[in-house]
Order: sequence, then structure tokens, then C-alpha cells
Amino acid sequence: IFLCVSPQQEGLDDGPDFLSEEDRGVSFFFPFLISVLSLSSYCVLCMCVSTLPNFKQNEFSVVRQHEEFIWLHDSFVENEEYAGYIIPPAPPKPDFDASREKLQKLGEGEGSMTKEEFTKMKQELEAEYLAIFKKTVAMHEVFLCRVAAHPVLRKDLNFHVFLEYNQDLSVRGKNKKEKLEDFFKNVVKSADGVLVAGVKDVDDFFEHEKTFLLEYHNRVKDASAKSDRMIRSHKSAADDINRIASTLYTLGTQDSTDLCKFFLKVSELFEKTRKIEARVAADEDLKLADLLKYYLRESQAAKDLLYRRGRALVDYENANKALDKARAKNKDVLQAETTQQVCCQKFEKISESAKQELIDFKTRRVAAFRKNLVELAELELKHAKGNLQLLHSCLGVLKGDT
Amino acid sequence: EDISSSSNGPKAEPMLLDHDPDDLFAEATEEVSLDSPERQMILSDGPSPAITPVTINPRADVFDRSPDQDEDEEENRDTFDIQISVSDPEKVGDGMNAYMAYKVTTKTSLSIFSRDEVCVKRRFSDFLGLHSKLASKYMHIGYIVPPAPEKSIVGQRLGRRSSAVTELDPDAKACLCCRYLLRTVKQPALLKDPDVLQFLESSELPRAVSTQALSGAGILRMVNKAADAVNKMTIKMNESDAWFEEKQQQFENLDVQLRKLHASVESLVFHRKELSVNTASFAKSAAMLGNSEDHTALSRALSQLAEVEEKIDQLHQDQACADFYLISELLGDYVRLITAVKGVFDQRMKTWAKCQDAQVMLQRKREAEAKLQHANKPDKLQQAKDEIREWEGKVQQGERDFEQISKNIRREVGRFEKDRVKDFRVVIIKYLESLVHTQQQLIKYWEAFLPEAKAIA
Repeated sequence: IFLCVSPQQEGLDDGPDFLSEEDRGVSFFFPFLISVLSLSSYCVLCMCVSTLPNFKQNEFSVVRQHEEFIWLHDSFVENEEYAGYIIPPAPPKPDFDASREKLQKLGEGEGSMTKEEFTKMKQELEAEYLAIFKKTVAMHEVFLCRVAAHPVLRKDLNFHVFLEYNQDLSVRGKNKKEKLEDFFKNVVKSADGVLVAGVKDVDDFFEHEKTFLLEYHNRVKDASAKSDRMIRSHKSAADDINRIASTLYTLGTQDSTDLCKFFLKVSELFEKTRKIEARVAADEDLKLADLLKYYLRESQAAKDLLYRRGRALVDYENANKALDKARAKNKDVLQAETTQQVCCQKFEKISESAKQELIDFKTRRVAAFRKNLVELAELELKHAKGNLQLLHSCLGVLKGDT
Repeated sequence: EDISSSSNGPKAEPMLLDHDPDDLFAEATEEVSLDSPERQMILSDGPSPAITPVTINPRADVFDRSPDQDEDEEENRDTFDIQISVSDPEKVGDGMNAYMAYKVTTKTSLSIFSRDEVCVKRRFSDFLGLHSKLASKYMHIGYIVPPAPEKSIVGQRLGRRSSAVTELDPDAKACLCCRYLLRTVKQPALLKDPDVLQFLESSELPRAVSTQALSGAGILRMVNKAADAVNKMTIKMNESDAWFEEKQQQFENLDVQLRKLHASVESLVFHRKELSVNTASFAKSAAMLGNSEDHTALSRALSQLAEVEEKIDQLHQDQACADFYLISELLGDYVRLITAVKGVFDQRMKTWAKCQDAQVMLQRKREAEAKLQHANKPDKLQQAKDEIREWEGKVQQGERDFEQISKNIRREVGRFEKDRVKDFRVVIIKYLESLVHTQQQLIKYWEAFLPEAKAIA
């Protein structure tokens, strides 16, 4: 399949951008949501996946649900052939809970606010919904693009089925039993992880990577959580300014003195600055919080790779011991030799690809951070300058009046 | 400096108003109704502003970090030449009898003061005592007496339903007391009041005992407050003057909106403080991340990011301070002031009621006299005629009082509105300037960071 860069939908440019332009191969049509603003709990996110190559006849598009993306991801993880690669992290589950709560509160509070306030808040909520929605879609896209960019994974059969098969993949979500199995697998893994991590690696490169990744992953996790909290406060402050603007407007319309014009002007100002503040919070979310969240998942995937290599190493060492024992007893030597060879090959194969993967990971990470930090700074500057201009012009008018 | 504090100086207050000579009722029949505790945020231990000499601009200058604050003072000195500052809270005594004493400094060139500069020590209850005296002397003739500073606030913790009473910290109290005094001396009638002069000048002041909550006077106050509430419900006044009706409605609306605004601003202060804390926390986290990042240039950039965020957290802190000390306190003051204004309108109603009662009494006495005429009891008749004369006098006095209070209120409201316009204008402009400063700093920080981010190779 020849995949190429495709034009983005409006607004999706704002999405997280963790790959360079050349890596992008797949794009999304603007997806549709079923029952977006209903208060009932079920909300299905369906996405239209399409490839847009140069030759039209190879273009195809299908509808996929979130669970199907997870199925694809899990199929990579469970595939032994891919043990030596960093599996692109699965996209996060679409989470509209917070917005749904707000919608509910809005409905409940309808009686206590003016019509203008209600309409305004409803519009904001819709905008928020749309923003989360676009972000979720973008996350799913990033996942697929990472797969498409990977020289080996892009050839995976399941990936092709995912992109081409027109019908529902009939992939049911994991049932309770399977989820429980997963849980125990993870528990065992972490216990193992400690074991494996304890064994000092002969190879300096991997030893360094192990130390680095363990620390890095924890710190990214912390930074991600803290950045989320910071941005939430920012949003709350913007909401307060919104309320202040509304009340000032009312004061302006009611006041019998010269202050009425004053209040109206300041109310107008705060309306505008509030929008900018909300934009600042949104941009910080996209460029900083999402970046950190993504690299939290990627660093976990890298850790998983190291774990798999560690397991292979342990298997290899065990096979060596078994071989020695077999030779000593002179029993089942051939079998032990074969097993040892297989383990050796497996380990070396993983080590080789893992090394490249980890180097690529670093390159990707540095590029992504650079891009996003630069964009973050540029956006912060743009917004601060915008704010400043609004403030200056308002002050000019107000001072001129007195 | 970045803080441009070119505020307008207040216009000169006419020193001599040709108002009627104080026509005081000798007996103060009503105690002052203290304001009901309103919803206010619990003041956290934010950075306290240094209370430096404040001009007649009724806001204590907030930017204690700026070194050129004294220059502001020079600019703002105006022809209504009096400067008051309340500062240096210090603990006096110990144990049960310990209290906070504040230094009250008055600088003036007005002739009614005996000296150019006076420094006295006052404790909080002295302020309450002063207010109590002024209120009892002036409220019932229609003067808007600035409400007493509050010792503590009954606040509703944002997000929780419980209220808690917290003592204000000494510096915030000093600020509050300062604004109280400034508002008081701004009123020409109050400035000349001997109690005010004594408060500002004399080194010793008799303890204001009646302000103690559990004292007899305190209980009497509470009882009167309850009685007032009942009276208010039963007085149905025939309002002949549309101006009063209109004004009362306006103040009612203003009250509602100001309270709403105050609540929103308090919420903003809270969230900005929270933002500051969270930004600081993120800065530390980013620094840690930068430390563990093994790509050198990226590591350095992340450290720079951490530094930027740390500076920004300080910026948020300062802005929250401005939010609070400029806007939130202004709104709080005005919410309390409007309660005082409404109190004055109530006084007018009471005066009217008193007048009505007197008329009713007079009518009764006249009827009694008429009856006695027929009954032919000469000595009682004389008494009745005396009583009639007495009550005629009272009715006349009542009508005069009513006219006087109506006239006073019109003038006071006019003055109040003028001050309100000035106050809000000045404060809001100052606040916007603080916002300008914040944005300018933000630009500076991010402009410094951008090349660092671009340098990641």
C-alpha cells in the first residue's frame, strides 16, 4: 500500500502531534458521534479511518470503534514476533464523563440563571465536548500512524484487516474473566519486573536504558499529573472571569451613575480576556499535558520491551543451566542444546531490534518535545500579547473618559 | 517600573458644607445595628501587604513589592490634606488580657487638628467604640456612617457547606481599619466630630467597653436589632417621594449584584492561589524530569521550563493578591456600606413612623380634651390642654425631623454615589494596570524561554 501525507481536517491541526510530517500515512475523515449530548450513559464513538494515497483506487475507509483499536494493540502485544519492538501505546478510552457531569449540572441549574447565562454556558459546554472529541480522535490517529510508520508492524495482517475489512470486526471487549487474567498477568509482570530489573545487565547500553527508563517513567508520570492539575486550576479561573463578566454586564445595565458605561466596557473586556485564558489552558493541555501523557505511555511501552528482553535473557540463562546439567548427566543433551539455541537466538534477535527501537524512541522523544515546547512558548506569547492589547485598548478608553 | 500607577488624584472635597448645624437628639434611643456577617471567603495566609502611608484614595496600596510606592504618595497628595495610616500591629500584654495594638498615624495640615503629625496607639475595640459613638449620633438623622471594621469573618469554605469563623490576620485588620478611618474622615461632618478628633489625636482613650460581645450593652444591641427587624416588617410607609422609592430599589439591586460579584471574585482569588500552588508544584516536577532526561539539550530546556513556571507561579500569586486587595476588598467594603445606606433609609422610615405616632397621640389627646370639656373637670382640662400643646410640639418636631432626615439622605446619597463612582473607577483602572503588568511579565518570561526550546537539537 502506498500511503502518503493527507490534508488535516480543520481543528485537527490543534491535535497532539507526536510524529514528524513524513511519518504520517493515515488520516481521519471527520468522525461522527452517536447520541452526543444525551444524558444517558452510553455514548459510542465511531471513527472513520481512511487512507489517502496518490492513486485513488487504493483508497478505502471503514468505521471502527475504540474497542477495535484496543484489539489491534493487544494483538501486537501478544504476538511473539514483535517482542523486540516498542509496541505503540494504545489510545486512551474516550472519556466524556466530566463533560457529561457538567451537562447534568447545567440542566439542573437552568432555573437559577438568566437565559443569556444559560445559552452561554451551553455553548461553552458544546465547545468543550467538541474539543475532547477532537483530541480523542487525534489520539487514535497517532496510534495508527505510529503503526503505519513502523517498518515491521505496518506489514501486520491484523493491521491490514483493521484498515480494509468493511464489516464490523466483531471484536467484543474483554469479558470479566479475561480482564481478570490480564490483571494477574500484570501483577506477575511487575513482580517479575522487579526480579528482572535486579539482574545487572552485561550490556552497558541496556543497563543504562533500564536505569534511565525506570526513573524517567516515574517522573513523566508525576509531571503529567501536576500539569493536569495546573491546567484545571487555569480553567477554573477562566470560568470565574466569565461569571464576573456577566455580573459586571448586569451592573452596567442597572447602574444609574456614570459607572454604567464603565462596567459595560470592563465586562466586554473580561469576556474577551476570558476567552483567551480558556484558550491558554486548552493550548497548555494540548502541547504540554498531552505530550507528557503520551510519553508516559510510550515510556511504559519501552519498559515493557526491556522486560520482554529481560525475560528472554532469563530464559536463555536457564536454558544454559539446563544444558550444563544435561551434559553433566548426559541425558537429553540434544534437546537441551536445541532449546538453548532457540533461546539464544530469541534473545539476540530481541536485543538487536530493541537497541534500535530504543535509539529511535529517544530521537522521537526529543523531536516531539522540541516541537511541542516551541509551539507552547509561541502560543503563550501570542495569547499574552493578545491579552495585553485588549487591556491597553480598554484602559485607553476608560482613562479617556475620566 | 512596570507598575504604572498614575492614578487620578481624588478631587478636592469641599471643607465647609453649608449643612444645618448638627441637630442632635440628646438621647440615643437606638443602638447601632451591626451588619450581619456576610459570606466571605476564609482569608488564607496570603502575603500581607505592608501598610504604608495611604492617601485619601481609599485603597491601601497593594504593591508593597514596588520600591517606588512613596513616589505614588507624593503624586496623590491632594488639597483635602489628610493622610492616615494604620500599621505596626504589636501584641500588648499577655495571657487573657493580651490584645493587638495598632499605630495610627495622622498627617495633616488642617486647622482643626492641633498638630501636623500625630501618632497614637489604638486597639481594635477602640475602632468599634468610635463607630458605635458616631452611629448613635448621626445615623438617625440620615448620615451614612461608614460601617465598623469586622474583627472576624464568618466564612463559607468554598466547596463545603460548613461555615467557620476566622480571625483576620493583623495586617489585613490594619488595612481594614485604615480604610474605615479614611472613609470616616472623608465625611466633612464626621471629620469635625470631637470623637473622631479625639480618636486620632489623644494619646489616651477611654476603653470602649460596650463593644464587648458579652457585655450588657452587647446584649442590649442584639435585642434592639431583633426589635428593629420586627419594626421593619410592621412599618408600612406611604412614600410620597418617588426619589426615595427609586433609590431604595436601586440600592437593593446594587446590593444583590455586588454580593454576586464579590462571591465570583473570591472564587477567582481562590482559584488563582490554587493555580499558583499547582504551577509551583509542576515546576518542581518539570525540573526533576529535566534531571532524568539524558539528552543534554532537552534536559536543559526542561530545566528552563521549570524556571519559567516557577516565575509564573509567583506572578499568579501576586495577581491573586491584587485580585483580593483591590477588587475583593472594595466589593466587601461596598456591600457593607450599602447595608449602612439601607440602614439610613430605615431610619427615615422610623422617623416617619415616630411622626405618625405623635400625630395619633395628638389626635387622642384632642379627643380626650373634647371629652373633658363636656365632663366639666377644670383641673384635668388644663392638664389635657398642656398635653395637647406638648404633643403639638412633638408633631411639629417630628415633621421637622422627617424633613431634615430626608434632606440629609438626599445629600448623603448624592455624595455616596459620587464617591462610589470615583472609588470604582480608580480601583478598576488600577486593577487593569495590574493585569497589564502580569501579561508584560509573561511575555518577558516566554520570550526568554523560546530560544532555549528552539535550541534543542
